[in-house]
Amino acid sequence: MTKPDDAYLLELEGLTKTFPGVKANDDVSFRVGHGEIHALLGENGAGKSTLVKMIYGVLRPDSGAMHLHGETFAPARPSDARAHGIGMVFQHFSLFEALTVKENIELGVNPELAKGDLRQRIIEVSDYYGLKLDPDRMIGDLSVGQRQRVEIVRCLLQNPRLIIMDEPTSVLTPQEVDVLFATLRRLAEEGCSILYISHKLEEIRALCHTATILRGGKVVATCTPAEETAKSLAEMMIGAILMPARRESSSIGDVRLWVNRLSLPSQQQFGIDLKDISLDIKAGEIVGIAGVAGNGQEELMAALIGEHTLGDHETLQLDGKPIGRMGPDERRGLGMCFAPEERLGHAAVPNMSLIENAVLSARIRKNLARSGFINFREAENLSREVVEEFKVKIVGLDHAARSLSGGNLQKFIMGREILQAPTVFIASQPTWGVDAGAAAAIHQAIMQLAKEGAAILIISQDLDELMTICDRIAVIADGRLTEAEPVANLTIEQIGVNMGGQAERSAAHA
Amino acid sequence: MLKIEPRKEPSRVMLYATPFLAVLFTIVAGFILFSLLDKNPATATYLIFISPLTSLYTITELLVKATPLILIAIGLAVGFRAGVWNIGAEGQFTMGALAGGAMALALYEVEGLWVLPLVCLAGALGGMAWAAIPAFLRTRLNTNEILVSLMLVYVATLLLGMLVHGPLRDPDGFNFPESRLFHDAATLPALVAGTRAHVGFLVAIIAVIVAWILLRSHMIGFQIKVVGQAPRAARFAGFSSPRIVWFCFMISGALAGLAGIFEATGPVGQLVPALPVGYGFTAIIVAFLGRLHPLGILAGGLLLALTYIGGEAAQISMSLPSATVQVFQGMLLFFLLATDILVNYRVSWIASGRRPAKTALQQPAE
Amino acid sequence: MDLIVNIVLGIIVAATPLVFASIGELVVEKSGVLNLGVEGMMIIGAIAGFAGTIETGSFMVGILAAIIAGAAVALLFAVLTQTLLANQVATGLALTLFGLGLAALIGQSYSGKSAPDFPKLNIPGLTDLPIIGPLIFGQDGLVYLSFALVAGVAWVLTRTRTGLIIRAIGENHDAAHAIGYPVVAYRYATLLFGGACAGLGGAYLSIVQTPLWVENMTAGRGWIALALVVFAAWRPWRSLLGAYLFGGITIIQLHSQALGLQVEPQILAMLPYLATIIVLVLISYDKAKARLNAPANLGKTFFAST
Repeated sequence: MTKPDDAYLLELEGLTKTFPGVKANDDVSFRVGHGEIHALLGENGAGKSTLVKMIYGVLRPDSGAMHLHGETFAPARPSDARAHGIGMVFQHFSLFEALTVKENIELGVNPELAKGDLRQRIIEVSDYYGLKLDPDRMIGDLSVGQRQRVEIVRCLLQNPRLIIMDEPTSVLTPQEVDVLFATLRRLAEEGCSILYISHKLEEIRALCHTATILRGGKVVATCTPAEETAKSLAEMMIGAILMPARRESSSIGDVRLWVNRLSLPSQQQFGIDLKDISLDIKAGEIVGIAGVAGNGQEELMAALIGEHTLGDHETLQLDGKPIGRMGPDERRGLGMCFAPEERLGHAAVPNMSLIENAVLSARIRKNLARSGFINFREAENLSREVVEEFKVKIVGLDHAARSLSGGNLQKFIMGREILQAPTVFIASQPTWGVDAGAAAAIHQAIMQLAKEGAAILIISQDLDELMTICDRIAVIADGRLTEAEPVANLTIEQIGVNMGGQAERSAAHA
Repeated sequence: MLKIEPRKEPSRVMLYATPFLAVLFTIVAGFILFSLLDKNPATATYLIFISPLTSLYTITELLVKATPLILIAIGLAVGFRAGVWNIGAEGQFTMGALAGGAMALALYEVEGLWVLPLVCLAGALGGMAWAAIPAFLRTRLNTNEILVSLMLVYVATLLLGMLVHGPLRDPDGFNFPESRLFHDAATLPALVAGTRAHVGFLVAIIAVIVAWILLRSHMIGFQIKVVGQAPRAARFAGFSSPRIVWFCFMISGALAGLAGIFEATGPVGQLVPALPVGYGFTAIIVAFLGRLHPLGILAGGLLLALTYIGGEAAQISMSLPSATVQVFQGMLLFFLLATDILVNYRVSWIASGRRPAKTALQQPAE
Repeated sequence: MDLIVNIVLGIIVAATPLVFASIGELVVEKSGVLNLGVEGMMIIGAIAGFAGTIETGSFMVGILAAIIAGAAVALLFAVLTQTLLANQVATGLALTLFGLGLAALIGQSYSGKSAPDFPKLNIPGLTDLPIIGPLIFGQDGLVYLSFALVAGVAWVLTRTRTGLIIRAIGENHDAAHAIGYPVVAYRYATLLFGGACAGLGGAYLSIVQTPLWVENMTAGRGWIALALVVFAAWRPWRSLLGAYLFGGITIIQLHSQALGLQVEPQILAMLPYLATIIVLVLISYDKAKARLNAPANLGKTFFAST
């Protein structure tokens, strides 16, 4: 074994981690220098999260070794990693909604640090790095961007030598991303290293000094991102060149779905009230709704599906017919289909078979239950059709939905809805967590549906996705929706300004 | 070191194997318990599990005990599948007996084939009315049905006691707190002449079959399962959760009420304060033992009835304490829940020295 | 005046078992676990405490036996729900059914016996004062302990890091695990504490309140303790208040004749149960408010997937 070099902060040597059925990391080695912003690039499922969990002490490698400052480093738990100066900002924040900012930070730092005037130090550190925070506010009342600040400040309080950031920008507006990058660059200048996980190529080119690219759990390349093009990085990440789906213009018809000044108070504790939302979607048109997570997308989806029926029947109209007070069944009967964001537990029942999951949402339009008795043979035929047309990889139709991988289940759900030939189709995050090939197939199917005359609404946090397939895009922020503008008239910056609506407002009264 | 890994989907083998495993563990634990009590474990086990099957009389007694257990457990299982935790079936049983019994006493000495069906209907309605309270409070006022239905058990028992001490007391009964014996027209016909087994068992069998069909291939069964497993998916599908909650409470209330009036008009023959003997609670064990599946419940109900009959036999001939059966039943449920993990997880023992992290831990951290 | 003092003394005796059981369950629920087996743990504590006292003649031994027995059956619950990931509702029911049976089995040889009088505080001068003397300076040690316990729990939950961690685990066990807290270990600890408290509550019934062993003597008090936690909105001092409220309702029963009430005894006996239902309805009908107080992960199974 070669003597590890002290010139690097962190060195990984042949890390391997196997889960039942998958080798999540296979002989992964790379080095992170002092003050370096090091990108870890890869598709969903490439093994990025597993790798950083090992560095942070959440998981233990099956084999391989890590060195920190040239010394053997084997954290048994996150507090070990923290004691060694490693901090982590999680993709799904590890925050407690019903506790205050201060309490959350106290929980995330080692006990010695929590002593003394933590409150004062939170204010100092957050001010110094331009990440303004009020220690006494409840996390549940903060925007997603503000929650991320809590995570970052929590890291910074421990004077870390390495900060791991897992997909930090997926929840931020473009403007918030700029602020974050400025903070990260400043940290790097001060000598702190950053391990930056992302699959967003342009970001990595703009920010990172070095990039390690993972595919299928293995390191496929290490490069200097500034010297690469987005295309060459994508090729390394995906392993094949993908032709981006292009929107063919289809003939636009009459308004099919009309949302007329929809207001709906939230039923959840930390939910968002919908405020005066208006929107129309015409036959053959794909309209997108952009926005940072937690700005009313879920509530809007529930109102459109009919999970929360509306007080005023006229607020929602389908082909000129009021449907506001109708439930999901009646709306489906009239031609609407839906694919909500959460696959397991919302769009599908995890422990039910694919056949039963076909019955779940297709029984009205596909007539799968006559006089109350379920026609399982027809349900099976429909599921088989979905699996074949959408190339869903399954073990068998009678196996539970949760046994499918995320991408395959998403294909099944999209297929189940699209094969019902809806006249209005509403999907939230249609390609979230899906690999590039499957995403392209889903986009293709959506565009085909529009071409056949359906009105389509896509709610997504992925601006690139919306810019690619939509005709018009509106932005949702703090429960309000902007006017949907044709894509040709829009820039990412403009959308970003609209997305920031809530962040600015809440900062104003913070 | 116990290693637990989630399975990608529930194991069907384990789903059916674990109830047998639990029974086996219970018998083993029973051996230990009997030894501790200084009783011959082999004799006790034989008396409890085998001897009741050796005579016609005890077999018919088995059916007497199994009838209420199966009826109640079917209703509870429907509810448990939907995430409706009605654990107050004992109270609904009592109110069924009380309502049906009051009807029978009101129609005292009235002849006619319609009398008994009317009495049973009153019993079912009594159970439903009692179950309607937690159903209403949960769906309208968001109140936890576990505590409400359970509190109502105590209330129902006290109500029964109060009424048989008062208005329903036998006028010629020397002030004993019990009602008159029901008239023949309001007495459940025997299944086997000369025994206490009654036609209620046939009703229990019908309930098993109907529940089986509903859960297997009817939309109502499908809705129940979706509401129980994934409430959000149920809303997405357009299923009304309050409607399902009401349905479950009404079914389980009606069946528990029927069980109550069957008990009153069958083996007991009158209303007495000691009518509720815990069938409503034992039925919870039956429902789980049967994997919330109607056919499983049929088997589970018969098995638990066996422990009652066998327990009585052992109590008499070995002077075993009467609470032994209750301990047995509790252990059975424990073992069932403990082995449940095998359905959704793969469990294995691993030698602790093999883990790389262990050795890594010993490295001095700098 | 004597009547009022007697009533208040009665309320204290009736409320103390509920104080113990509900403060224990409150801590358990704060950590995100719903243990419906309080009734079972109480009755086990009742028989263990009674048997321990009778066998050794020492109240100390009896009380210790109750604490240990309560914690032991709670350990059973912990193993099932935390290690073997069993459904908490079903396991809690199992614990109650099992506890009632086991207590009856053990208790068979103790029925009919009675425990000696439990000693009360007696400070010459102070205890003899009118009214406040017996009320404040004349209680038994367990009553003072129950107050100390509530104060201690309130302090730990709101003022200490341990309390913060317990609350965090009850709020979001996945996040707590990701930060590196041993979720399962903490929940074992709270469950054992809850079991010990319930056992103590049961012992108070059998060696102070009655003092007799009677089968099923808890008569639903464990369930009422569960309801009290909801009533208290998971706040320690409010659970104490709730317990005294219920103690008061129970006492009406005993003093009804003195108070001149002409009601069937069964109706009076129903009061605590009916009051529980009414209290539950009042506290939970405002959906948003009810959810605000409940630990977000209450009753959910935790499995460390990583």
